[in-house]
Amino acid sequence: MDLKALYNQIIVENSRASHNRHKVDHATAVLEGVNPSCGDDITLELKVSDGKIKEAGFTGTGCAISQASASLMIDLVTGKSVEEAKELLSTFYGMIKGEITDDDQLEILDDIVALKGVSHMPGRVKCAVLAWHTLEEALDGRTESTGCNDGHS
Amino acid sequence: MKTIQDDFPILSILENGKRLVYLDNAATTQKPLAVLNAVESYYNKDNANPHRGVYELGARATKAHEDSRGIVGDFLNASPDEIIFTQNTTESLNLVAYSYGMEFLKEGDEIVLSVAEHHSNLVPWQRVAKVTGAKLVYLYPDAFGHLTEEELDQKITSKTRLIAVAQVSNVLGIEIPVASIVRRARKAGAVVVLDCAQSVPHMPVDVKALDVDFAAFSGHKLYAPMGIGVLYGKKEILDKMPPFLTGGDMIGNVHEQSSTYAEVPRRFEAGTRNVGGEAGLAAAIGYLNSLGWDNIQAHERDLMTRALKGLAEIPHLTVYGDLSPDKRHGVIAFNVEDVHPHDTASLLDSDGITIRAGHHCAQPLMEYLKINSCVRASFGIYNTPEDVDALINSLKNVRRWMGYGS
Repeated sequence: MDLKALYNQIIVENSRASHNRHKVDHATAVLEGVNPSCGDDITLELKVSDGKIKEAGFTGTGCAISQASASLMIDLVTGKSVEEAKELLSTFYGMIKGEITDDDQLEILDDIVALKGVSHMPGRVKCAVLAWHTLEEALDGRTESTGCNDGHS
Repeated sequence: MKTIQDDFPILSILENGKRLVYLDNAATTQKPLAVLNAVESYYNKDNANPHRGVYELGARATKAHEDSRGIVGDFLNASPDEIIFTQNTTESLNLVAYSYGMEFLKEGDEIVLSVAEHHSNLVPWQRVAKVTGAKLVYLYPDAFGHLTEEELDQKITSKTRLIAVAQVSNVLGIEIPVASIVRRARKAGAVVVLDCAQSVPHMPVDVKALDVDFAAFSGHKLYAPMGIGVLYGKKEILDKMPPFLTGGDMIGNVHEQSSTYAEVPRRFEAGTRNVGGEAGLAAAIGYLNSLGWDNIQAHERDLMTRALKGLAEIPHLTVYGDLSPDKRHGVIAFNVEDVHPHDTASLLDSDGITIRAGHHCAQPLMEYLKINSCVRASFGIYNTPEDVDALINSLKNVRRWMGYGS
């Protein structure tokens, strides 16, 4: 595929969107996720109560793909139950790994389907996955992230 | 007419449907047919375990191994028994850290490094400092990427016992003042470990003229195969060092409770060696010698001049370090404003241009430059003015692709 196609309007716009870039008051989970190989570094804050993600925000820096992915993820999971968020997580991982390609199955990811092309770019998978990996660890109650280390620069 | 490019089969492949513009030579270089053929010929005609078989084939393998050592010795102007084959620069530097640093440094001693060191010339010294109680002292370059005489005076003192520095930074591409450093090291009674990974591909390195105590480089950045590296050490220092890895072929006599060790350099070459890689390295050196350093350096200076001029004309682009072409060797690091280096690299990849993005295994330097990461283009003997123009033209469009006006 033409790699430039990945840098579509949704990704470029959401990489700079500011509406999810904030801390969360009375957060129940705050977790930093880092890609040591490229310096992507985001801190995800969540307020979870009654089994629902009431509010979410992130701060940090990184490439367009990591930043757009974080912002789009927050748009999607805010207001969802933890169970629903976990289902979205597994669908997202399936899409990025190229294991789920069926559009009907991917429909629940909404705009995030714009990141589908990442499945053809092994070098950028960790960028797209960073926020989701951090969310998964936060929902599992971890207080320290293991990061998405591919071990190399 | 046959060109240098014709000697490198990989340069004729297509990347994303485009001609491959390979500009990641500081990470690893492509291999000429002379090298590929030498490796194949070794395995087709001479392969056995060197130093073991009494049969003639074994003698040929041993000869290939020792001839390569001689060729590397000549390349660095060292004697063959001062050349140790390793896997790569990282292993060479670890060998010095463990067999010299751990053995001879003690609490209160100071190890001087530059903040621009590659992690492979930094993390081993952190280990040495932690185990021995020695202290790490960092040299900081000025705004142009140069180490000044004042900085050297301040950091290299009577406490300094070891100085480990890269001759050319893998990010800034700038050569450090080795002679000034060695002069101070001699006064302080310190040894100098020179990481030549980024210098040997671009300039002749004469270890005797430089008077360094150790020098390390990797074959794969010098057009030779991966998995073969070199450590030079002064014979009188190597002689007093204990082994690094132990096992087969590095011994004198082995008894149940004790062993004696082989003479240098075999003391430091435990286990079966990468003789095919050594043959490839010898062939790479032969290939470079046939091109001639004057030609190589003139060609690379032309590429550097063209690239720096082109980059300077692109708005919203910052190049790190001294901007004069004659101060640089092979490497240019830069950033496009508002665009993350990985996005820049992916966009250039779609034009068939391979450049590196990230921290380049030099995180302390990134911190010092106050950046998270950067983009790096690096040149080799087979790059052409067209490669440089492709880089510049593609970079001109990066901000537009990312939704910025210009």
